[in-house]
Amino acid sequence: MTVTLEKPRRATKVDPIPWWLKLVGLAVALYFVLPTLFVIPMSFSTATTFQFPPRGFSLRLYQNFFTNPVWLDALRNSVLIALLAALLATVVGTAAAIGLHNLTGRLARFARTLLMVSIVTPAIVLAVAVYISFLQWRLVGTLGGYVLAHAAIGVPFVLISVTGALGGFDPKLLRASASLGAPPLRAFLTVTMPLISRGIVTGAVFAFVTSFDEVVIALFLRSPALQTLPVQMYNSVTVEIDPTIAASSSVVVTAVTTICLVLQFVGGRRRNR
Amino acid sequence: MPTLISHTEPTAPARTGTQIRLAGVTKDYGLAAPAVDDVSLTIEPGEFMTLLGPSGSGKTTTLNLIAGFETLTAGSIAFDGTDVSNLPPHKRNLGMLFQNYALFPHLTVAQNVAYPLRERKLAKPEIARKVAEVLELVQLTGRDNHHPAQLSGGQQQRVALARAIVFGPNALLLDEPLGALDRNLRGTLQAEIHRIHREVGTTFVFVTHDQEEAMNLSDRIALFNNGRIEQVGTPEDLYQRPETLFTATFLGDSNVFDASPAPDGTFAWEDNIWTVDRSTVSARAAAGDHVALVVRPEDVRLEGAVPADANAVTATIRDIEYMGAYRTAVLALGHDGVAGRARLDALAADFRPGQAVTAWWPVARQHIVATL
Amino acid sequence: MQAKAKQWLLVLPALALLAAVLLVPLGRSLKLSVAGGSLEHYKSLFTDGVTLTVLARTAATAAVVTLIAVLLGYPYAYLMTRVEPRLRGLLMVIVLVPFWTSVMARNFAWVIILQRGGPVNSFFRLFGWDLVLYQSVAGVAIAMSQVLLPFMVLPLFSALSGIDRRLLLAARGLGSHPVRAFWKVYWPLSRGGVVAGLILVFTLSLGFYVTPALVGAPQQSLVAQLLGQRTTQLLDFEGAGALGMLVLVVTLALVAWANRLGGTISAIGLVAAAPAKGARS
Repeated sequence: MTVTLEKPRRATKVDPIPWWLKLVGLAVALYFVLPTLFVIPMSFSTATTFQFPPRGFSLRLYQNFFTNPVWLDALRNSVLIALLAALLATVVGTAAAIGLHNLTGRLARFARTLLMVSIVTPAIVLAVAVYISFLQWRLVGTLGGYVLAHAAIGVPFVLISVTGALGGFDPKLLRASASLGAPPLRAFLTVTMPLISRGIVTGAVFAFVTSFDEVVIALFLRSPALQTLPVQMYNSVTVEIDPTIAASSSVVVTAVTTICLVLQFVGGRRRNR
Repeated sequence: MPTLISHTEPTAPARTGTQIRLAGVTKDYGLAAPAVDDVSLTIEPGEFMTLLGPSGSGKTTTLNLIAGFETLTAGSIAFDGTDVSNLPPHKRNLGMLFQNYALFPHLTVAQNVAYPLRERKLAKPEIARKVAEVLELVQLTGRDNHHPAQLSGGQQQRVALARAIVFGPNALLLDEPLGALDRNLRGTLQAEIHRIHREVGTTFVFVTHDQEEAMNLSDRIALFNNGRIEQVGTPEDLYQRPETLFTATFLGDSNVFDASPAPDGTFAWEDNIWTVDRSTVSARAAAGDHVALVVRPEDVRLEGAVPADANAVTATIRDIEYMGAYRTAVLALGHDGVAGRARLDALAADFRPGQAVTAWWPVARQHIVATL
Repeated sequence: MQAKAKQWLLVLPALALLAAVLLVPLGRSLKLSVAGGSLEHYKSLFTDGVTLTVLARTAATAAVVTLIAVLLGYPYAYLMTRVEPRLRGLLMVIVLVPFWTSVMARNFAWVIILQRGGPVNSFFRLFGWDLVLYQSVAGVAIAMSQVLLPFMVLPLFSALSGIDRRLLLAARGLGSHPVRAFWKVYWPLSRGGVVAGLILVFTLSLGFYVTPALVGAPQQSLVAQLLGQRTTQLLDFEGAGALGMLVLVVTLALVAWANRLGGTISAIGLVAAAPAKGARS
């Protein structure tokens, strides 16, 4: 490769960014951000259909979302399932990340790839396979079924973020702690855990969001007694034409954005400490 | 268009390049001071001209202006009397050698070298012939099908050189091409560039911040400082007859004495009155009030009687540095202990740190230069 | 030093979870699809007259999605390499916005925007063109491209930021018009990233279920809907198994190919972990 000591200092002056490129960049940025924002004005509409532009102003849809038992149950189920799935994914994912961090060789690489494979598996293929098997195992429509399935798709995110955190972890610290008299479990709890906690928290949050937002597998596992919020939202577009979905969408978008911002804030604060 | 001369017959240089004339060239980015400020310079056909200066002095911007990568704020640039100020870079027909070589990584050596010929729509056999010829010139025959990543740094540099000269450019612009190389390789490639200049015979404009490189290679040097040309001349001119303090200190070591000119034409420093030979006063020093006396370390003596046509000052030896071929005495000059240096030859008496000496030099070896 | 076995013990629970949810069900699907040791169910995919049409429609939709993604993604990724680091960070976050906004909220928003009387329809009616993209392949493609663009932009950005822009100056100095310098030098060097992005976006488009179901027309279903329908409505587990295996094998093969061309799995990981990365840096 060529050796480069000096970066171009005047690159921008020698060839300026053309105006049309900035324009395209702006248009694409709007394409990314703008559409989702359309749900917010819709959520204050008084209309009983999806008509646009929204008519009037009311909190009726929010009121329905937070009082109607169908929506409220769906929300509660989603939160519960996401919490349990995130917990399971985080525990097994963190353990696997630590184990794989200390392992080398083909088998370990293969195990890592295997654990990541659900990221590239089409959700529908997974959903159909899970549905057929869970049907036989009597897990369809059960809390356990949802938690197992959602935990499995959350594991890769935990694996990625904890592995990232372990990358910056100095194994000499564990020897130091052992030499100071700490047994392995204690060394893990007092040395390893605090140092990789940010990676674990990040992974847990993404596992939670992944489950909370998951709709394809949930559509197949649903039962009249137990369905999640995304499934109820799906029904409200396909079957019920219920504009409460606008309020639900606004709440979910706001909540997820807040979680991401809090994570960013916590990350920033830790870094400063 | 200059033709390549095969290196098997290193005959007299064919000075066939283009004359490049800069007139009042200015580039202003709207910062505190213009990057290039009213620079006028004529580079003669076939000349090896070096633009020398510290970083930020405007030398690279000047090169980019000549290449057409930057647009002029004021002034004009002409090749052989034809104004090219508004010509885009791809129509200026200049070879350019970049510091990072800028070889196209997806093309082979031969394809890289053929690139400018293809852009000029030459016939295939013609391209093949010229590529073979120029690869022979840079001694890379047989590497045609290698990719740049397979070559060493020095070989990449030669490919870049071949690509820059193969199309018979009006001139070759070299932007610190040796900056990224280690010291040994630099020496080899300096010689290579020198040889190729001799054989190709076109105009070379070479940018560097390395004064040694500039001295070794150049026919003439234009020394840049703060966007302006401080002095233009042969390496010997600049070293032996510096006009300004900047020139005297940028090229080589100097002992510097701030001198105040008295109305009678003498110069005083502390309680010394210097003897001055008119021939050592630079034109710019004669024209202004702000001057300094400079003298090279190799002209300063520490032993023997002070002759009549010499200036002397008391000094204390702070340290002796062993430089291999010679030693250098690090001096504290005069009452205030101004830092200075004197070169000791191998046979000089044994000086020791702390020793008080008289430092002297022949009047003819000193320079009175402008400090502004 | 801890024993190797102990480390594997840590990995075991995750592998068990994966086996229960992914490996065993997929294995059972595979077994069902070749029930009785015959490839009959695979054969019928190509002969039942429906599957092939749906597969062709899915591939066509994926091609349109991919085209939109590269046409928008290339200039965007290129712009990212040109702006100063702060703005680059912002542009990166913006790319990931659709990826981290709720699937249902995003698809609902596209229904609103593309429906009759929605903003897009109203806009085109200003020019006397009553264009309704809701329940059209084009509408589905536009909605899918939005969320798939990160998979184009990220490999492209990583490829483009590895290109030394001074090569363009060199090409111009050697006699190339700026546009030609781009085609002869920049474009060939970026091709690896483009191909990786193309394959990735195309592949991921194949499995989309919610967007075609909500934004598309019921009579123009894609392969994911067909798969769902076979399973839950027709209870044709064997046929669904065969179709699922086909989609899975094609997907994994294409991803592996893209991965060989240029770190795609890592690009996916990057998308997945980007907000986490943002929190770290």
